[in-house]
Amino acid sequence: MNLYGPLWLSAQLALVTTLILLVLGTPVAWWLARTGSRWKPAVQAVVAMPIVLPPTVLGFYLLILLGPQGAIGSWWVSLTGNALTFSFAGLVIASCIYSLPFAVQPMQTAFETLPRQTLERARTLGASRLDAFVSIAVPLSVRGFVSGAVLAFAHTLGEFGVVLMVGGNIPGETRVVSIAIYDHVETLNYGAAHHLSVVLLAFAFTVLLAMFAFNQRWSRR
Amino acid sequence: MRVRALVILLFIAGQAMADDEPLHVAVASNFSLVLAQIEEHYVLRTGVPLRITSGSTGKLYAQIVNGAPFDIFLAADVDRPARLEAQGLTVPGSRFTYAHGRLILWSRTHEDCEQALRGEGFIAIANPATAPFGRAAQEYLRNSGLLDEATGRIAYGENVMQAFHFAATGNADVGIVSPALVNAARLEPGKCVAVVPSHLHSPIEQQAVLLARAADNERARNLLVFLQSDFVRQIIERNGYGAGQ
Repeated sequence: MNLYGPLWLSAQLALVTTLILLVLGTPVAWWLARTGSRWKPAVQAVVAMPIVLPPTVLGFYLLILLGPQGAIGSWWVSLTGNALTFSFAGLVIASCIYSLPFAVQPMQTAFETLPRQTLERARTLGASRLDAFVSIAVPLSVRGFVSGAVLAFAHTLGEFGVVLMVGGNIPGETRVVSIAIYDHVETLNYGAAHHLSVVLLAFAFTVLLAMFAFNQRWSRR
Repeated sequence: MRVRALVILLFIAGQAMADDEPLHVAVASNFSLVLAQIEEHYVLRTGVPLRITSGSTGKLYAQIVNGAPFDIFLAADVDRPARLEAQGLTVPGSRFTYAHGRLILWSRTHEDCEQALRGEGFIAIANPATAPFGRAAQEYLRNSGLLDEATGRIAYGENVMQAFHFAATGNADVGIVSPALVNAARLEPGKCVAVVPSHLHSPIEQQAVLLARAADNERARNLLVFLQSDFVRQIIERNGYGAGQ
């Protein structure tokens, strides 16, 4: 087995997950930042749940929902002919749920600190809602987007428990780096485990260092 | 006087606690449901509680090498107990075969297991690197000329119990598992249950061994004797295994 294959697979999974979460998470974060709805605490709780839940709970329910007999899985099978469990697509869905709060919360914080008047002025000057969002809110919230993306990416890269339960350890498809390390340790193949772990260790430090450095510089401006 | 009484009391309490100290048994996942049945009888007869840890043979082996506090190891192969013996981690002469495993095909969704193997869906087996049942399952697939074709639709469970669980939830069309799971799991029966002909894989000889830390533990030795009794052999056979020696 190619030693670094699982690392590459994890990177792909984390990248796809991050992109999806940026697209889907932004409207959620925007709504949460600006709404006065009485549903806000409930939505916030749902978004934050993956932080609190054991990965086994997510894994258990995903296995049931995504399986060929499950509500989502059966629909997917009739659509594509393939099962969602034990597949890369299934891991993407699992990761999107698992990493959702890590993407949404930094964006929400950034949106909350936007000056309301600036947006309202843009609107009175004739900018559409979308235009006001794209030309004013987005540039002012770069920090939130960067933090959200970095945390979602890094958190997905570190995903273990959920993948152990719904992945099936298939090389090139679902054997991500955390599972590969687990396998190497279980078979007392410490050399390979060290190789992969050191890469992850270095990556985690570098990426967090870069993010905090970026934040510091941004806040000085 | 009072102090002495207290000391004696503490001593007695300490003795009582030592007697209640459970035996730590590490058991290969394939056999854990059988051990649970054996445990019931053992506890009734001796009052000695067991603390059971189940996992793949390879995982438990790695834990023992790294100092896990187990008294007895019920593996699913000969190789790991023998390696522990060679490393001086066992009580010499304590190793014996307690069961002969068989491979079972099981499906929740298909009436014909062979067909499920050759179909489009997933085949669940245990991880061959750590689980002897996974290794035997892989040999079986290779010897039936299915392995190359099936690559990519084999889902690997962490141990044989997880492989069975993949099949039991219908996520895999068929699982290649151990007899105890099929017989003892409290689940709706599979639509097909078939024994794999034993000439299609290497024998699954399952050995038990007394670990070095339990060298002076009478009760651990007792449990090993109990495991070789006719009574337990019957339980083992009833669960679909061949009894040991």
